[in-house]
Amino acid sequence: MEYLIGIQGPDFVLVAADNVAASSIIQMKHDYDKMFKLSEKILLLCVGEAGDTVQFAEYIQKNVQLYKMRNGYELSPSAAANFTRKNLAEYLRSRTPYHVNLLLAGYDDADGPSLFYMDYLSSLAKTPFAAHGYGAFLTLSILDRHYRPDLTREEAVDLLKMCIAELNRRFILNLPSFNVRVIDKEGIHDLEKISAGTKTDTN
Amino acid sequence: MALQDLCRSRDFLLDSKETFFGSFWGNMTSRSPLHSSADFFHFYTPTAKYLGQSPIEFGQVRDSGAAVLRTDPSCSLPTSVAVAATCSQSVPLPFPMSHGTTTLAFVFQGGVLAAADTRSSCAGLVECPSAQKVLPIHSHLVGTTSGTSADCALWKRILARELRLYQLRHGRRLSTAGAAKLLSHMLHPFKGTELCVAATLCGWDVGGGDGEERSNRSNGNSCGPSLYYVCSDGTRLQGALFSVGSGSPYAYSILDQGVRWGLTAEEATAVAREAVYRATHRDAYSGNNVDVYLVSSGGWARRRREDLKEEYYREKARRERQQEAAGTCVTAPE
Repeated sequence: MEYLIGIQGPDFVLVAADNVAASSIIQMKHDYDKMFKLSEKILLLCVGEAGDTVQFAEYIQKNVQLYKMRNGYELSPSAAANFTRKNLAEYLRSRTPYHVNLLLAGYDDADGPSLFYMDYLSSLAKTPFAAHGYGAFLTLSILDRHYRPDLTREEAVDLLKMCIAELNRRFILNLPSFNVRVIDKEGIHDLEKISAGTKTDTN
Repeated sequence: MALQDLCRSRDFLLDSKETFFGSFWGNMTSRSPLHSSADFFHFYTPTAKYLGQSPIEFGQVRDSGAAVLRTDPSCSLPTSVAVAATCSQSVPLPFPMSHGTTTLAFVFQGGVLAAADTRSSCAGLVECPSAQKVLPIHSHLVGTTSGTSADCALWKRILARELRLYQLRHGRRLSTAGAAKLLSHMLHPFKGTELCVAATLCGWDVGGGDGEERSNRSNGNSCGPSLYYVCSDGTRLQGALFSVGSGSPYAYSILDQGVRWGLTAEEATAVAREAVYRATHRDAYSGNNVDVYLVSSGGWARRRREDLKEEYYREKARRERQQEAAGTCVTAPE
């Protein structure tokens, strides 16, 4: 039902998420933001079971901010991703596991941009591109085919629009709009939302 | 619990410094119900051991994990009930509970309008034709309830109590966003159990100018109408229009056509009434009367409860007059 996508470039990470908050068959909200800002250069995208997403993501968010307050510097994206995975793993075999699928995107001044894929079984993988949701079945092969490690930002946005065009054509559910953000060494930037009426390269 | 805290003048902020969820889960199952410390969020959750000791027959846990899934087709939250049944032990309920209702709320320039039907149903019967589903919490906050009536009534009272204590302790009223977050966190330990509360909190915030900002509120104090949807499965959404319950799809379609920011209070009341009326017409589990509340800067105001049966006959008469005026002999479907 929900869709997340991330594409890493040589000096940036592009991420997008759909805007629908649904409850069974009803769209309760059309402008819901699924990205959580963990720090100035790290975003956590979170989808999954209704309450678990917000509870878990806010827990991680506050702990990352607490780390900065206690130690005076921010966690790197890799450290934040491993911290998140560790929490997922701890709760996995408890009575109350968190059923959430995550993408963590960040820019480290030393290591550059990075994108981490995590799922509800607490797996963690650093990947150049990733997607979550049923839409991932339709779009991962487009990413496989067209992704290059040296994409420019415009090319990455075009690749994203190709993926969304495919969703609009073949995915059974209506995902009218998507939030898009870019992380680079200057921080997190909002890009223009992509909606159903946006002109895309493929028809 | 909280009253003891007040009398002993302990600052609850100091006691709740360990309020990460990690410590919640660790403590939850080991607390006895009479634990008397000032634990703000530590509500007792029944565990298998306790239920095994209970003399009440229906409180025993089935070991197969087979769900107490009700075959109620109008359950307002089918997906969440299915998840609850599979990921936790089910406790058999004393009698089958049902979630039929139509409630709605929306924001417009005159404040927040909340409306609901008044039929309380249970296992296919109308258990009470004049229930109250819109409950005032304080002078500027009203909540609509959907789900299990008992759970909603209880949790609204708990929320009212906690908001009043917050006001006494901190000298200012908690915003609607804060109240929604508070309710959501209080309901979180019960996720996966049969507790079912789906509420919309409709309030008028008198914000601005307060020096201390709590870190758990993302946007600052904003003055004006505010609407939040809180559900026992953990959902918490801020929005301008929500409808909850088995009749909500029918209400949504009327509201999506008629609700705008610039409505007057009379127009807004008319749209809300119409939406509840259409939903009660189509949904078997909604009906009887409609309550309409308006929350504005001066507080909440309630319109007199109206019997929708009268509306049905009025509309039928209107249609007949229209047909006579049109002079056709084709009867409109009712």
